[in-house]
Amino acid sequence: MVGGAVNATPAAGLGLKPEHFVEAERCVADGLWFEVHPENYMVDGGPRLKWLERIRAAHPLSFHGVGSSLAGSELPNEDHMARLARLVERFEPALVSEHLAWSTFEGRYRPDLLPVPRDGEALDLAVTNVSRLQDRLRRRVAIENPSHYLDLPHEYDEIEFLTLLAERSGCALLLDVNNVYVGASNVGFDARAYVDAFPARLVAEVHLAGHRFDASGLAIDSHDAAVAEPVWALYRRLIERIGPRPTLIERDGNVPAFDELMAERAVAQSLLARSAVAQTASTQSVFAQSLAGRPAISEERAA
Amino acid sequence: MSVATYQRAFAAALRADEREFGGGDPACAAGDREHEAGKETHLAWSRVLAQAALAVHRNNVMVGCIDALAANFPTVVRLVGDAFFRDMAAEFARANLPARPSLFDYGAEFADFVAGFEPAAALPYLADVARVDRWWLEAHVAADADVLTGAALAAVDPASLDDVQLRLHPAVRFGWFEQPIHTIWRRNRTAPDAIADELDWRAEGALVTRPCDDVATGKINRAAAAFLAACADGATLAAATVRALESDPQADLAATFAQLVGAGAFTALEDR
Repeated sequence: MVGGAVNATPAAGLGLKPEHFVEAERCVADGLWFEVHPENYMVDGGPRLKWLERIRAAHPLSFHGVGSSLAGSELPNEDHMARLARLVERFEPALVSEHLAWSTFEGRYRPDLLPVPRDGEALDLAVTNVSRLQDRLRRRVAIENPSHYLDLPHEYDEIEFLTLLAERSGCALLLDVNNVYVGASNVGFDARAYVDAFPARLVAEVHLAGHRFDASGLAIDSHDAAVAEPVWALYRRLIERIGPRPTLIERDGNVPAFDELMAERAVAQSLLARSAVAQTASTQSVFAQSLAGRPAISEERAA
Repeated sequence: MSVATYQRAFAAALRADEREFGGGDPACAAGDREHEAGKETHLAWSRVLAQAALAVHRNNVMVGCIDALAANFPTVVRLVGDAFFRDMAAEFARANLPARPSLFDYGAEFADFVAGFEPAAALPYLADVARVDRWWLEAHVAADADVLTGAALAAVDPASLDDVQLRLHPAVRFGWFEQPIHTIWRRNRTAPDAIADELDWRAEGALVTRPCDDVATGKINRAAAAFLAACADGATLAAATVRALESDPQADLAATFAQLVGAGAFTALEDR
């Protein structure tokens, strides 16, 4: 299977967990692809790369970076980008994505996706950093909308900011529906309006994950549970509007058996299939209407 | 308001004690005092960031660091228990955030930190066990190279054997300890619940290799450790043999050498 398969036939994928390597390699589910954090494979050699090669021989891969720190004041680390570029060259992932967040600052990495107030300077920096990364990788990268916990003084609406970032850098976007739900719950915006306004033409991938609520009532983007029903509802609403997109089920904590993740993935896969049929039907109906209501092209030309 | 000033204020707020954010003056979290020009902005950001929800990010950073250390030092976790380990790891993380986002590489200085960690002083072997955990990880991610086989070495012209420089395989890590570190490490790492014989409390060496892409460890004698140290320094086979015998004149060098070659300690001669 070629690397472009994720894009060609939007299907549902799973985050690859080391404890599932054997089952993941053997699984023959239609369209199945796997997403990894490339940071875990930035090694000089050894069994990790060999395992990833075996997975890659059986399935398309997606690289989802967490460490490029693109929404900060510093350029992405050169060594980090060089390592990422080598992995991209070696594994030819169908998708490469990163976050609108920062983590590395003044030589230290914080294992989190930290927010940035969306102002003009932040936009300029993000455009520079995303462009630098794309130039280094010689390919388009999709940038993910963040989760929100803090109430920060933003000048730009998030969708406006991401759209400008995409237009100026040429990047695509990754819409994490769980992040929308979590952020809407924590800082008070309308999740459905957000999903409805997200620019369809820029969405290269969709993420789904579980969340939990802490003692103070904050929704935490914890990736340690099944996808919640309100997130599924947002997802259905999204793909009914924009059509099928490669969709990832993320799970990082309380990782269940591989079969359980595959069952969750099957839900997304069936929604994608239904969406694809609906899109074809609506395309056909538009086409039929245009045929019924307008003269044939040859006649138009003749007239 | 510059993004860099915001990030500096955020980094300081992440470090600050949670109590300072309850109702106190968030300005005390400012860590930017030498930058007079940016100080006002820094303080303004500190006030903006004085939100209860900042605890989520502070927690993500700490748990991310501690979980990574627990994953990278499983034998230390086994020896001290989860609660003690997490306290110790938190103290390390507060002073040593990761240098890069690949967290399997986090904790290069952890063994040294453990050696000076007062509450763990009752376990004088703990720091060296942490060192072997670290060696295991370094071996796991080290570059690939073919290993030297006994057959390949036998094919070398005996006349030139003395001048051969054996190169350590990229995955090799080794050391000599005054305590039975490898035995303690192995019992707690590979079969923690097995009923073991009483420990023979004597000095021993540890060798970590990756012969067939799986990390392997073994106990080595003083002569083997001296021989490997000589090879690491670029000594010829003859010179390394002298150093091994100097460290232990009684050593069975043939058996020692066979153990090292069998463990995959050296890079193949043709792989240079």
